[in-house]
Amino acid sequence: MRFSALTLLRSAFDGQSRYPHQWRKADPRPSYDVIVIGGGGHGLATAYYLAKEYGVTNVAVIEKGWIGGGNTGRNTTIIRSNYLFDESAALYDHALTLWRGLSQELNYNVMFSPRGVLMLAHTVHDVQSIKRHVHANRLNGVDNAWLTRAQVAAFCPGLNMSPEARHPIVGAALQRSGGTARHDAVAWGFARAASARGVDIIENCEVVGIRRRIDGAVAGVETSRGFIGARKIGVVTAGRSSQVMAMADVRLPIESYPLQALVSEPTKPVLDCVVMSNTVHGYVSQSDKGELVIGAGSDAYVSYSQAGSAHVAAEAIGAVCELFPQFARMRMLRNWGGIVDLTPDRSPIIGKTPVPGLYANCGWGTGGFKATPGSGHIFAHTLATGDPHPIAAPFSLDRFLTGRLINEAAAAAVAH
Amino acid sequence: MLLIDCPFCGQRPEIEFRYAGEAHVLRPIDPRECEDEEWAAYLYRRRNPAGDHAERWHHVHGCRRFFNARRHTVTDLFSGSYPAGTPGPECEAGQ
Ligand SMILES: Cc1cc2nc3c(=O)[nH]c(=O)nc-3n(C[C@H](O)[C@H](O)[C@H](O)COP(=O)(O)OP(=O)(O)OC[C@H]3O[C@@H](n4cnc5c(N)ncnc54)[C@H](O)[C@@H]3O)c2cc1C
Ligand SMILES: [Zn+2]
Repeated sequence: MRFSALTLLRSAFDGQSRYPHQWRKADPRPSYDVIVIGGGGHGLATAYYLAKEYGVTNVAVIEKGWIGGGNTGRNTTIIRSNYLFDESAALYDHALTLWRGLSQELNYNVMFSPRGVLMLAHTVHDVQSIKRHVHANRLNGVDNAWLTRAQVAAFCPGLNMSPEARHPIVGAALQRSGGTARHDAVAWGFARAASARGVDIIENCEVVGIRRRIDGAVAGVETSRGFIGARKIGVVTAGRSSQVMAMADVRLPIESYPLQALVSEPTKPVLDCVVMSNTVHGYVSQSDKGELVIGAGSDAYVSYSQAGSAHVAAEAIGAVCELFPQFARMRMLRNWGGIVDLTPDRSPIIGKTPVPGLYANCGWGTGGFKATPGSGHIFAHTLATGDPHPIAAPFSLDRFLTGRLINEAAAAAVAH
Repeated sequence: MLLIDCPFCGQRPEIEFRYAGEAHVLRPIDPRECEDEEWAAYLYRRRNPAGDHAERWHHVHGCRRFFNARRHTVTDLFSGSYPAGTPGPECEAGQ
């Protein structure tokens, strides 16, 4: 079923009751050309572009829970591409380009909303570092602009611009083309479009082992629903990459940390852009349902508990209330954590592993949602051709051997 | 918030501490002599298990000493702490 104005209109008359299932509930076949482990946005996008761009349709996405139940459904959905280094700018800007046409491409409303992402400067150091980003971005053709204090106040009238604030706002970077999207819709839209092109989406099926041939290459995956053969395997299991890769004896330069977010009770529209601050360390936007969506910094220690410590969430609320004192009386409804895979340079790993036939797309850490379509697109190229897409090439696993890190961690002090 | 058992001060709240990563990661004796593989493993590769984890903590707002502790990374429950420099406990491989 294709969505159109007509289907919407018709559904208005029949109580929205005649929508069919949006993707097939597939049972595993004995083997596939490509198995993608992990049914988050990145895995589903990978499968979609494999089918669409490379005609590889004998593909399964294997998900241990339900699709989009991992970080895709847990994140604060900020989309931007104003990263410092050339490699990162190319990577995230490629994704931003795809975001613009994604609803049309998938015939599914992912609610991409380029409402502008404001990154606040509070200190001399912030000003220098943010201006450096703005200039580097301009050289790379990436949209980003410096706003003076007065311009910030005009762009986001709700902000506390008082010079008496503990961390007064002195300026900001603004990426007008950045914004947010509806996270669940991204997973569902890619799943639906991939399934329509023949991809099997297999939910409630956990990969518990990776079987190897005598020559060391991959033979398939052991799952909670039995063995499934594969010529190639793409591991796209944010938050679990170390465990899945260990099944093939690959040890990654990754550690997994909780990252928390929270939402307030819904309220009338009060904030029409995304506001981030590395110095007070909180970020906030308002969802279309009206909730304030607040993100924290990652927790201090390695953990898979999907909870994190209360004081980390409290600090994020403190930061947001410092920026918007009028939010102080709002009630918080939910607080949760996701497990993010952090690499030492806070850049992802996309490409080959030492195991023939085994490919990784992981380590997106605290900021991979924004890359979802781009990540799937370039990883599909890698899986289909066996060679990295030019944009993916610098993000190889062996950069940790050669020392060619893409150190966005050092560039930003935090990464989102 | 974690309640962390400093071997010198006893149980204290997490905010008094700074986490300092996986414990018992041995620095190659002579970095000039070792292979790139070994150096990369030392710098970057970690066990990152979903299970028991031996890790370093720094009691920055207390005795200011480093020590090691063993914690299960799925439940976040500690099962002991011990001074730095003493051998680590046997940790199960984790899943
Ligand atoms: C609180 C929070 C806020 C965030 N905010 C932002 C933000 O504002 N902007 C941004 O760009 N990014 C943000 N991120 C990061 C972003 O969510 C992730 O980088 C991104 O969603 C990763 O997508 P994915 O598809 O790789 O992972 P996931 O959606 O986590 O998908 C991985 C899937 O693999 C499955 N899986 C794992 N192990 C197995 C197995 N053995 N067998 C089968 N399946 C398995 C999991 O169940 C999961 O569904 C945030 C993350 C969190 C936690
Ligand atoms: Zn102490």
